[in-house]
Amino acid sequence: MQHLYDLLIAPFVDFAFMRRALAGCLALSLGSGPIGLFLVMRRMSLMGDAMSHAVLPGAAVGFMLAGLSLPAMSLGGFVAGVLVAVLAGLATRFAGIKEDASFAAFYLLSLAIGVLLVSKSGSNVDLMHILFGSVLAVDDAALYLVSGVASVTVISLAFIYRPMLLESLDPVFLRSVGARGGLWHMAFLMLVVLNLVSGFQALGTLMAVGLMMLPAITARLWSESVEGMLVMAVSVAFVSGMAGLLLSYHFELPSGPAIILVAGLFYLFSLLFAPAGGALPRYIRARHFES
Amino acid sequence: MKKSLFGLLLLSLPAFALAAKLPVVASFSIVGDMAREIGGDRVDVVSLVGPDQDAHVFQPSPADVKKLSASRLFVTNGLGLEGWMGRLTKASSFRGVLVEAGKGIKTRMAPEEEGEAHGHDAVDPHAWHDPQRVQVYIRNITAGLIKADPQGKADYTRRAAEFAAKVKQQDDWAAKEFAAIPAAKRKMLTSHDAFGYLGERYGIKLLAIQGVSTEAEASAKGVAQLVRQVRQEKVSAVFMENMTDKRLLEQLTREAKVKIGGELYADALSKPSGPAGDYLKLFHYNVETILKSIR
Repeated sequence: MQHLYDLLIAPFVDFAFMRRALAGCLALSLGSGPIGLFLVMRRMSLMGDAMSHAVLPGAAVGFMLAGLSLPAMSLGGFVAGVLVAVLAGLATRFAGIKEDASFAAFYLLSLAIGVLLVSKSGSNVDLMHILFGSVLAVDDAALYLVSGVASVTVISLAFIYRPMLLESLDPVFLRSVGARGGLWHMAFLMLVVLNLVSGFQALGTLMAVGLMMLPAITARLWSESVEGMLVMAVSVAFVSGMAGLLLSYHFELPSGPAIILVAGLFYLFSLLFAPAGGALPRYIRARHFES
Repeated sequence: MKKSLFGLLLLSLPAFALAAKLPVVASFSIVGDMAREIGGDRVDVVSLVGPDQDAHVFQPSPADVKKLSASRLFVTNGLGLEGWMGRLTKASSFRGVLVEAGKGIKTRMAPEEEGEAHGHDAVDPHAWHDPQRVQVYIRNITAGLIKADPQGKADYTRRAAEFAAKVKQQDDWAAKEFAAIPAAKRKMLTSHDAFGYLGERYGIKLLAIQGVSTEAEASAKGVAQLVRQVRQEKVSAVFMENMTDKRLLEQLTREAKVKIGGELYADALSKPSGPAGDYLKLFHYNVETILKSIR
């Protein structure tokens, strides 16, 4: 019993930085989990990665104006991300280009501008490095940001949940009842950027996208219903965060990658054994139908 | 051919009888400043990694390649600090004299945590924080200057001796000041492990969040161990550096309930107007800041 306590509970009781990291992970899971799920359902799984590069010029401008101030860099990143999303959305609506293609084009453009700005700003402090928060260094400001974003996300999703679902599953129907699919879509993209920027603060670029997408993809393998997937995505994200932190604590691993690694292992396990989409249950079902 | 023509042209302008200065490139601002001290008016020094920038994660640009290919002397720290150097000298087809300022010093290994085998011993490259080793830097840079510009030999030797005396003066002062403080109080914590040589020279015990390079990521275990250490040993002196991420250090100070004692200059000078505009100022400022905290 004592041993289990030392293994699982003690690190969080003894150290405030571990508690903060855990709180940050919980907030991120609540916000990013559902967002990731909608991205997967809308076949936009790689969007997170693209958007994580699109924020660079904004962060660079924030850096030039205010130095290494995280609020300024986050705000800049958010503006740049939303700009890329809006432009890509407009290009998709008004020119004959598929959404993923226009996103690719605009995020690359944004990335190029970002790299130019960074090298022109005369400092070679690696901005991505700086945006790369470490979950161990989550301070009050970052915690407020992450939990604020999570709250906004959950409330907004409650409002746009139905139309979003309909648009994900049957855009033609939604248009036929006269709703504005495009508007919902834009609101949703804003939420994506918002969550990514808050994730950068807490986890860093790579890890923020990881905690958004991996649990969401895993959730699809476990449940048939959207509600079930939502619960699963948030739980997998949070458990990965906690287990990753403990791994990092006991085995001296960098925390961000450790968290994503756990989420990745969840995914690999689910790929084989999950009831809704795993390979083994599907195989067994197929055999069952044959006989 | 073109160059010599251009040179002739310059020389034929009696109005601006420009003495052609020896073009010197330094890998980063600290050895750049030493070369400037020793070379005086005879040289024109450009540092690739400027003030307040991080030499560990530097990415050379075409402009840097151009600067280097036009230079006659390239002053580096060596000891593995500039991982990008080999690529750069190749790319610029540099033909001049290459000086490794830290060559021949007695190096120290990057500290390993007791009871753990990482298997790779890294040399700690930050030797400029020990004035005694800087004497070797001065000798190496002077030899390089003389090789690149034999006519300036008398000048370089004289200036090097003056600079060496100033460095020794700083060293004597720091040794005296630190000796006056009881050994139990000589402890400090920094954000990356750059002050090992300083600690060795004056008997200061050092703790650091990151290893010798600023590129690594911290682990929860490492941070937890540091918090315990800071609490147990009652470390009172905690310092930030002029170009690393401060957030982790701030977290640690909150956790261990200690105050941050200021900012040290580890791998780069400050802007000329700042408190560490040249090497001597940098050293003096660092020592002053540490002394203030541990007294």
